[in-house]
Amino acid sequence: MSWFSKFLGSSIGRKLLMSLTGLFLISFLPVHLAGNLQLLAGDGGEAFNTYAEFMTTNPLIKFISYGLYFFILLHTFLGVRIWLRNRSAKGSKYAVSSTGTSSFSSRNMAWLGIIIFAFLVLHLYQFWLKMKMGVLEKVNVAGLDEPVNNLYAPVEAAFTDPIYVIIYVIAMIVIGFHLWHGFQSSFQTLGLNHKKYTPVIKGLGAIYSIVVPLGFIVIPIVFYLRHAM
Amino acid sequence: MKLTLKVWRQNGPNDKGNLETHQVEASEHMSFLEMMDVLNENLISEKKTPVAFEHDCREGICGTCNMVINGRPHGPQKGTTVCQLHMRAFKDGDTIVVEPWRASAFPVIKDLVVDRSPFDRIIQAGGYISVNTGQAQDANAIPIEKDLASQAFDAATCIGCGACVAACPNGSAMLFTSAKVAHLNMLPQGEVESSKRVLNMVNQMDEEGFGMCSNVGACEAECPKEISITNIALMNREYLTASLASNTTT
Amino acid sequence: MKLDAKIPAGSLEEKWTKYRSTMNLVAPNNKRRIDIIVVGTGLAGASAAATLGELGYNVKAFTFHDSPRRAHSIAAQGGINAAKNYQNDGDSVYRLFYDTIKGGDYRSREANVHRLAEASRNIIDQCVAQGVPFAREYGGLLANRSFGGVQVSRTFYARGQTGQQLLLGAYQSLSRQITLGKVEMYNRHEMLDLVLMDGKARGIIARNLLTGKLERFAAHCVVIATGGYGNVFYLSTNAMGSNVTAAWKSVRRGALMANPCYTQIHPTCIPVSGDYQSKLTLMSESLRNDGRVWVPKTVENAEAIRSGKKTGLDIAEGDRDYYLERRYPAFGNLVPRDVASRAAKTACDEGKGVSPTGLAVFLDFSAAIQRYGKSKAHSTGMHNPSDAEITKLGRAVIKEKYGNLFQMYEKITGEDPYVYPMKIYPAVHYTMGGVWVDYNLETNIPGLFALGEANFSDHGANRLGASALMQGLADGYFVIPYTIGQFLSKEIRTPQIETSAPEFEKAEQETRDLLERLVSVKGTQSVESFHRRLGKIMWEYCGMSRNAEGLKKARKMVRELREEFYNDVFIPGTANEFNPELEKAGRVADFLELGEVMIMDALDRNESCGGHFREEYQTPEGEALRRDEEYAYVAAWEWDETEPKVHKEELVFENVELKTRSYK
Ligand SMILES: Cc1cc2nc3c(=O)[nH]c(=O)nc-3n(C[C@H](O)[C@H](O)[C@H](O)COP(=O)(O)OP(=O)(O)OC[C@H]3O[C@@H](n4cnc5c(N)ncnc54)[C@H](O)[C@@H]3O)c2cc1C
Ligand code: HEM
Ligand code: SF4
Ligand code: FES
Repeated sequence: MSWFSKFLGSSIGRKLLMSLTGLFLISFLPVHLAGNLQLLAGDGGEAFNTYAEFMTTNPLIKFISYGLYFFILLHTFLGVRIWLRNRSAKGSKYAVSSTGTSSFSSRNMAWLGIIIFAFLVLHLYQFWLKMKMGVLEKVNVAGLDEPVNNLYAPVEAAFTDPIYVIIYVIAMIVIGFHLWHGFQSSFQTLGLNHKKYTPVIKGLGAIYSIVVPLGFIVIPIVFYLRHAM
Repeated sequence: MKLTLKVWRQNGPNDKGNLETHQVEASEHMSFLEMMDVLNENLISEKKTPVAFEHDCREGICGTCNMVINGRPHGPQKGTTVCQLHMRAFKDGDTIVVEPWRASAFPVIKDLVVDRSPFDRIIQAGGYISVNTGQAQDANAIPIEKDLASQAFDAATCIGCGACVAACPNGSAMLFTSAKVAHLNMLPQGEVESSKRVLNMVNQMDEEGFGMCSNVGACEAECPKEISITNIALMNREYLTASLASNTTT
Repeated sequence: MKLDAKIPAGSLEEKWTKYRSTMNLVAPNNKRRIDIIVVGTGLAGASAAATLGELGYNVKAFTFHDSPRRAHSIAAQGGINAAKNYQNDGDSVYRLFYDTIKGGDYRSREANVHRLAEASRNIIDQCVAQGVPFAREYGGLLANRSFGGVQVSRTFYARGQTGQQLLLGAYQSLSRQITLGKVEMYNRHEMLDLVLMDGKARGIIARNLLTGKLERFAAHCVVIATGGYGNVFYLSTNAMGSNVTAAWKSVRRGALMANPCYTQIHPTCIPVSGDYQSKLTLMSESLRNDGRVWVPKTVENAEAIRSGKKTGLDIAEGDRDYYLERRYPAFGNLVPRDVASRAAKTACDEGKGVSPTGLAVFLDFSAAIQRYGKSKAHSTGMHNPSDAEITKLGRAVIKEKYGNLFQMYEKITGEDPYVYPMKIYPAVHYTMGGVWVDYNLETNIPGLFALGEANFSDHGANRLGASALMQGLADGYFVIPYTIGQFLSKEIRTPQIETSAPEFEKAEQETRDLLERLVSVKGTQSVESFHRRLGKIMWEYCGMSRNAEGLKKARKMVRELREEFYNDVFIPGTANEFNPELEKAGRVADFLELGEVMIMDALDRNESCGGHFREEYQTPEGEALRRDEEYAYVAAWEWDETEPKVHKEELVFENVELKTRSYK
């Protein structure tokens, strides 16, 4: 396996992992968003709770979700290591620095990532951990015999808390910035650069990094406004 | 025109270094290096040590000159080396900050002179086609599509100046390395050793302590020969296939 | 001293093949025990070091640059000649041979030149195999263009960066041998002396430029490929670091400097713009394929342009003097360099110069832009294209062919050459003279070889465009690997040379003394200022045209300047550290001696030939007047502080008839 560990340890190998884990997270976000949009169904959480139940009990989804946690950790761990190595490779800083030749996002991927990670910790603690610890109340939903966790309740609570809403919105914007660069960058890392297709990838990346975070942002805002009105 | 120069002075790799301020009288027709010559003549006439900087061809092809001017490797003009930069690009009364390439793999030797020998070692690791003198067949035996030859040429125009490393916030040498990989791997003559070449060159690049590519693109923007980062994608691709799909293990 | 060129017997066509097949060889097991020093890693040095390494010798290669890839060869723009006849236009080895002999104004050796023409074909094969991306046609085959002084298209090129691509090819081959352990590379090491033992070249003293330390290196023989000395003129198209030191130190140890006065002044360079100027930039000769050279017919119009009242565009077609086309209808704008340069000087001397200094002529692409534009419009099926469309298409073609040169021109002058005709003027470019070598490229010092621009061998009194690259690579790839065996086959019993020998001791001490002497002057003037003054003297009296009176005066001036240099130069710092000013000083010190020999050579040669134009010797029409009876020889100079001596090698022409060159 020495060639394999050598490959994964190489600069390009590490970046490959970064890119693949990043792309995995990219593919997960719309799924997550689709689920979250159920929150807006206006049915007191019935649709959302059904969805949450499905997501937490279906064995395949469960398996994928463990992969997800692992990939988040791997992406974060690698991201931080790459960042540290790159900082030491740069060494000293210029007295005058120029910023005109590269995007804000690309130069700040690690900071953006660290913010995302901090948010994820908070986020998981708030919803996921509560669910796992069994502290959630149970409710009945149509179509299922057993009562299910009422995840809707803590979400509603959080989304009517202005501080949390602000944190959430900021975090989504940060993800947007992360992906503004990250989306197209991951294709470049994979070597997928083509005169004809790269502009398409870049376009998709731009749309994605605006639309998806915006989708997430809409939900707490709607909740908050509904609550406030 | 009157200029205020803030020039990096550093006595050796272990010296801390600092910016030193000088006034220079220049003409707008001078090249940037000729302006630096004036500064040095002034310093010599004051019996001071002139600013050490490297240069040779002064026409943008040897890749020797290297200065970061106001934060930009080779200065503000696109596709231009410092030696080709003319003072027309500045205004009377400007303050200009001149620093050396900064990257851990390129330690400062003195003032603006840095050690770029890692680039040589990257080429030595595989940036060649293994053909001994006298072994070649007729030059026209293998036709090469004009576009392909031209793409290989674009990559081959790299002058090895190191501005890509200097511009990169990660101190990465991917643009330089990929330009050579792309030039040789694209050509039928170079294809034979393509796997070995890319594996060895990337390995050497990593060993020299360069950073990794975050696809920031500052290299491409500052490269005086406008080498494209599509070469980096090509190298990634070649590296991935060489690592995962070829029989080559070195 | 009798100079034996060691030209093998036999017919011209067979000499080299026969010689090569019968010369002494060194067996592989012996090659492993033989050390070779190669100084210089330009085209000639890098190709030699790589090939000698491939053959199995232990090579130590030296360059003062931080990497072999920086050698001045990198700057060559236009192309490299080869008698491939891919264009089916009547080219052949013989024609290339003949053109080169004629272009050199019959002052080169037939045998060497023929060998060069033969090797030219292998060079292209070798370079393509190395991955050199030469220009290609749509069918995927190699493209060619023409250069001055010839009527066939035999020049291979890689846009305007041929030298770069060829050098990178050689550098990459060299890098491979470094990895394989056959070449030990010493970057940032400057050769400052040659070490002789029993009269043979056995090593060098080099200064580690980073530390200032003097180091000794020994070998069975020494090869120098350290380039030309055009920088003796201060302003030239050479890189700032190009110098004569390695060659000159060899001359000081007994080698001979051959034909030092043969200097090539290149007709198409960007004119001088001011006193601060540090170097001149070449606009490749290939531009004369499409550019037309002209000046206004009248002095009034020229004056109007000089004072900025008019531009080239304001001069009507009928008021322009396309003087090359007028004077030399057969070759037109593609006359050889020496002819084109002198014609430009004549035009400017008549007051028709077009830059504020009065020293520039136009190189105009508008006709070519129209021509290409029309043909492009036609081939893309455009009917009745407008003038603007034609111009646009034509500019695109010109851009494709010469884009980087046009860009370079605009960067330097700030003027758009697609619109305004370029302004150009001749500048020092190449030195045909160099260390005297025989057919084996061996100097009169046994075991000391000289390659590339550093030797004098193939170009006579004038080099044709695109043949320096050819010569450098022929010497390095295809000549020295064979001919070095003639010397080394006698050395297989010589044990490794020890650097502890007293000869090394002495040479190192002498070098140290010289450096100490230089830094301890602590005078008032910078090295640069001496170099500038030397350059002015050389350009004024030993430049494009020379006369006996001026040369005599110049010799005196150079000697005085040398004296002043050693009494008043100021070099900051010490000899034991990284000290670029000291490096420069050493080089200028050698130029100050070389300059004197150049002047003496120019004075000695009472004729005009190629790049050497003596005003006393010209035809009524102002063309060069050769004097074959008395001057068909190589002048090889032995250095002497007080009175350098000349030795002569007669040139024998058995295959070509000496004719007055005519390009009319
Ligand atoms: C601007 C320009 C354009 C040209 N265009 C063309 C063209 O289109 N076609 C053509 O055929 N020719 C052209 N020429 C000429 C041609 O480029 C040169 O003659 C040729 O490249 C010389 O090669 P070289 O190997 O002999 O020397 P260089 O390339 O000059 O190499 C000299 C080497 O010696 C080393 N060196 C020198 N002194 C020392 C020392 N003391 N110690 C250690 N190392 C030393 C240097 O570091 C360098 O490595 C051009 C020349 C110029 C100036
Ligand atoms: C929603 C979660 C996330 C997604 C969708 C995501 C996605 C991506 C993508 C696609 C890339 C581009 C990979 C490449 O250039 O090949 C990337 C890069 C990066 N990510 Fe993330 N990421 C996420 C979270 C994080 C977190 C939590 C961190 C923590 C530090 C992080 C740090 C980084 C860093 C440092 C890079 C740049 C690596 C480099 O190019 O050098 N990311 N991310
Ligand atoms: S890629 Fe561009 S910036 Fe980097 S070394 Fe080559 S020419 Fe210089
Ligand atoms: S000095 Fe050669 S590229 Fe600038």
